[in-house]
Amino acid sequence: MRRLAAAVALCAALASGCGGSSSAGGPDRIDVAAAASLSDPVTAYARQFGRDHDVEVRVRFGGSDELAAQIRQGVPADVFLSADAVLPAELARAGLLDRPEPFASNRLAIAADPAGPVRSLPDLARPGVVVALGSDGVPVGKYARHAIARLPQPQRVALLRNVKSSEPDVKGVLAKVVSGAADAGIVYVTDARAARAEVHTVALPRSLQPAIRYDAGVAVGASPAGLARRFVEGLRSGAGAHYLRAAGFGPVP
Amino acid sequence: MTRAAFTAALAAALALALAFLVLPVVAIFADTSPGRLVSSLDNPVAADALWLSVRTTLTALAVMVVVGTPAAYLLATRRFPGRALAVTALELPLVLPPAVAGIGLLAAFGPRGILGEALASAGVRLPLTTTAVVLALCFVASPFYVRQAQAAFAALDPSLVEASRTLGASEARTFARVAVPVCLPGLAAGTGLAFGRALGEFGATLMFAGSLQGVSQTLPLAIYASFATDFPAALAMSALLVVVSGALLAALRIGGARWAGPTGAVRLGDDARAARAQTAQPA
Repeated sequence: MRRLAAAVALCAALASGCGGSSSAGGPDRIDVAAAASLSDPVTAYARQFGRDHDVEVRVRFGGSDELAAQIRQGVPADVFLSADAVLPAELARAGLLDRPEPFASNRLAIAADPAGPVRSLPDLARPGVVVALGSDGVPVGKYARHAIARLPQPQRVALLRNVKSSEPDVKGVLAKVVSGAADAGIVYVTDARAARAEVHTVALPRSLQPAIRYDAGVAVGASPAGLARRFVEGLRSGAGAHYLRAAGFGPVP
Repeated sequence: MTRAAFTAALAAALALALAFLVLPVVAIFADTSPGRLVSSLDNPVAADALWLSVRTTLTALAVMVVVGTPAAYLLATRRFPGRALAVTALELPLVLPPAVAGIGLLAAFGPRGILGEALASAGVRLPLTTTAVVLALCFVASPFYVRQAQAAFAALDPSLVEASRTLGASEARTFARVAVPVCLPGLAAGTGLAFGRALGEFGATLMFAGSLQGVSQTLPLAIYASFATDFPAALAMSALLVVVSGALLAALRIGGARWAGPTGAVRLGDDARAARAQTAQPA
């Protein structure tokens, strides 16, 4: 019986440990939900921010649409960093996010298998080429489809026919190219750059580039709200901005 | 500790387990009316995903049964060097995380994989195809079938096999006409378990086969894709999977009880009946 009592006590301890207030982090922790494309610079920035402010910064990465859906379902996050302006604006309208602000910009590029057949944009539309894109819900997939929509119709149709996977986020697209499952994919230049040892980067012409703006929002009821706001501030003009530039992200458009 | 207190502790544990395990399933249905469930099939994403899931799962099951049944029979009825190793290797996918299965399939059958060159020269490109889905399902689900089939064959009464041989049946005929029919309940249970695992497969499929409507986006992948863009649709598809899986589980339970019944509802062919009659006779 004593063992059983111990087990019950342990369960209770676990439950109380996991049970949270409505805010995500608590007094000495901020939870950040960030677009997958931000993984390198935001991981580095979060580490430095945590050291500088003596606070634990927990970052989870994923497709922006997936993270937004989690926030809508009540999964707590103090800060939301999205690869677009649409999702944060929707959350703000729903009363979940406080006045989102832009903090970075990005561009698209083709990431191609170095051993594969893709060396230029027209190659993507050649018969038999295997292309991976983001799904049409995730920003990187929406942007890629915007770019493709600006191609002349025959090329556009041929390219879309070559799309063999719609990935949940940009890292999924990159993984398909790196593993050789796809010959090429449309990703952010920052991701192609981070994986430059494994993929060949083909620039997309300026005429096809959609406007890519990253917005940040602090959750309504974030705790500690001051620190969460400072975290976002640092992305706009502090250490975070420095990491973002170093990774190839552009300034706020 | 009194008996009553002990019973109360057991009941509390059961109540906790039930509440925890049942609540998420109930929650799926709380937001999904039966009408919504049916109308979710009008959604082309859901309809394509369901149809693809059914097709790939049944194809994978056919492969598993055709290859797995004789393999399990060999493992159950013969002793040979390396047998224990073979059994362990076949069961390994049971404990592998799906992500590992996905990476492994890419490393084996991807363009850069061990068999990549050979496949490419044969003009075959597996990743991101429906065939890749079937391979992923076979990889993760076949151990469930082989294990169960092996156990069923191992439990086969040796005197039945002996009797069949005495009656002049070849070994192949004994396998096909006696062992398989007598072990059918076990084989069916294994098929059901493998079906359930294959229907729910997610990680290995996403990594090896990608996600494309009508080609590789099975029901679990469609649920994941819809989670962000259309939560009600994701709920409806989840409810659909719960219904299908629940029906499967119920069928397994009822079927299992029926097969195992003392009246011997198992319908056996002539050979198996003859072998059984033979063993029933005093020596």
